[in-house]
Amino acid sequence: MQRRAIFDNKVLPYALLAPQLAVTLVFFFWPAGQALYLSVMRQDPFGQRTTFVWFENFTNVLGDPFYLGSLRITVLFSAAVIVLAMGSGLLLAVTADRQIRGAGIYKTLLMWPYAVAPAVAASLWLFIFHPAVGILGRNLVRLGVHWDYALNGAQALLLVILAAAWKQVSYNFIFFLAGLQSIPKSVLEAASVDGAASRQRFWNVVFPLLSPTTFFLLVVNVTYAFFDTFGVVHALTGGGPGKATETLIYKVYTDGVVNLDLGGSSAQSVILLLVVIALTAVQFRYIERRVHY
Amino acid sequence: MRRRWRSRNWLTHLVLILGVAIFVFPVYVALIASTHTAETIARGDMPLVPGPLAATNYRQAFEEGQGEHVKAAPVRQMMVNSLIMALVIATGKIAISILSAFAVAFFEFPLRMFFFWMIFVTLMLPVEVRIIPTYAVVTNLHMVNTFAGLTIPLIASATATLIFRQFFLTVPDEMVDAAKIDGAGPMRFFWNILLPLSSSTVAALFVILFIYGWNQYLWPLLITTSDNMSTIVIGITKMIGTRDAQTDWQIIMATAVLAMLPPVAIVIVMQRWFVKGLVESEK
Repeated sequence: MQRRAIFDNKVLPYALLAPQLAVTLVFFFWPAGQALYLSVMRQDPFGQRTTFVWFENFTNVLGDPFYLGSLRITVLFSAAVIVLAMGSGLLLAVTADRQIRGAGIYKTLLMWPYAVAPAVAASLWLFIFHPAVGILGRNLVRLGVHWDYALNGAQALLLVILAAAWKQVSYNFIFFLAGLQSIPKSVLEAASVDGAASRQRFWNVVFPLLSPTTFFLLVVNVTYAFFDTFGVVHALTGGGPGKATETLIYKVYTDGVVNLDLGGSSAQSVILLLVVIALTAVQFRYIERRVHY
Repeated sequence: MRRRWRSRNWLTHLVLILGVAIFVFPVYVALIASTHTAETIARGDMPLVPGPLAATNYRQAFEEGQGEHVKAAPVRQMMVNSLIMALVIATGKIAISILSAFAVAFFEFPLRMFFFWMIFVTLMLPVEVRIIPTYAVVTNLHMVNTFAGLTIPLIASATATLIFRQFFLTVPDEMVDAAKIDGAGPMRFFWNILLPLSSSTVAALFVILFIYGWNQYLWPLLITTSDNMSTIVIGITKMIGTRDAQTDWQIIMATAVLAMLPPVAIVIVMQRWFVKGLVESEK
């Protein structure tokens, strides 16, 4: 798409594009190319020689029980975070959308957690659920629960899910609220006149009309749970205990940065890249479809 | 009828208050903890009312950043680092995106669409999936432990470029024609007409990008190895360290509160821009 009235200049547009293109080339395309290259190479232990190994890194990664374990954890973790964050976001949005006193104040009070860094959210929940000093953690212990997220993998995963979801509810709240407010009041009035009870009205009229928002949020939340939660895991559990909270993105980090397995880590990066591309493609197909309506 | 309406109203408030309470609770606990002594917290019987040490603890965190058990740079310095990072990322992203969107929307030149797509595909490459090779590039350019290394690799933004382009396409052709008739060149048009028109988009993007920059985690973790370059979000994790009960939780929680303060304040004060920026940047 292009506008009719444009300026005439042979050099200026390139100069205007130059800073963006320079950053993109140096810090996006070059490293992405490197990742692709490293993912099909193997370095000897001393870093002296690299040999081309076709897809060996990929078959190694995909055959690695630790990788598959990490994949399982990521799916479980993501599903829980998404259900919690989207469910609570929708409930709060539907509630805040009603005509009540103080609606504006509620909205402000429900938006701010978006601005809290995932790692900071993690440190807050860590302090609350600390088995010795935490206000909830120590009371769980007092009640006879064997609560220690540093030793119990399931509890660690639970805590990581809680911290990650807590921070994400606001985002879903804001978008669901925007979605609800764009539904014409006349549609809701028509449903009321037809005698639909409020629960029926929600599931048969409002929820279907919200489906574009829901679908969009689903993709965004998958991206969040896969990639943006690195800080939560790093600050709360460091992937442990054992590998109980080692998500895929955390494994890329430990294998590449801590264990210096460049080939394996790059192969994992490329696999994650494919996930991102798939998600983006899904989102675009859907946006195109919406444009047709 | 009236009674039913009222009972629903009551339920509405209950749900919302519960939601707000769950959001506020961890922050409240952090605020309380930051006013007590390390001993009170370590004993495990911290009360739910403020203690007497707010001023002492915040001063200690802000000026020294360490207690008996934690060692970090002063929070003051980490906050300055975070502020520089967030400001450079936000203004840098806006600056290079608005220029490239201007080029793509207002000029016709060979390879225009090629360049546009080149910027566009970076949408699909979040920093997390290309960490190690990007880190290698930054090491080769000797940018580890510098603000340049911390910010420039995060500055390219397909999203901001798309938003500005979208907005520029709605600028009426007559305005461009009028500017041309008055003898204004493209840069004059950009400064005197386009930039003022874009001010609300710029403000909205600034809020979102400032929060994005302030809350960065993985990248500063890799790039800042020296304590005096550390950002505050990284600093908290370093302070928590081994997660012992015997640590200066009062300092850590004061730091957490200080780390939340700037982005949360921006969201609350600039709420209108924030919602606009968020909803538009995801279209």
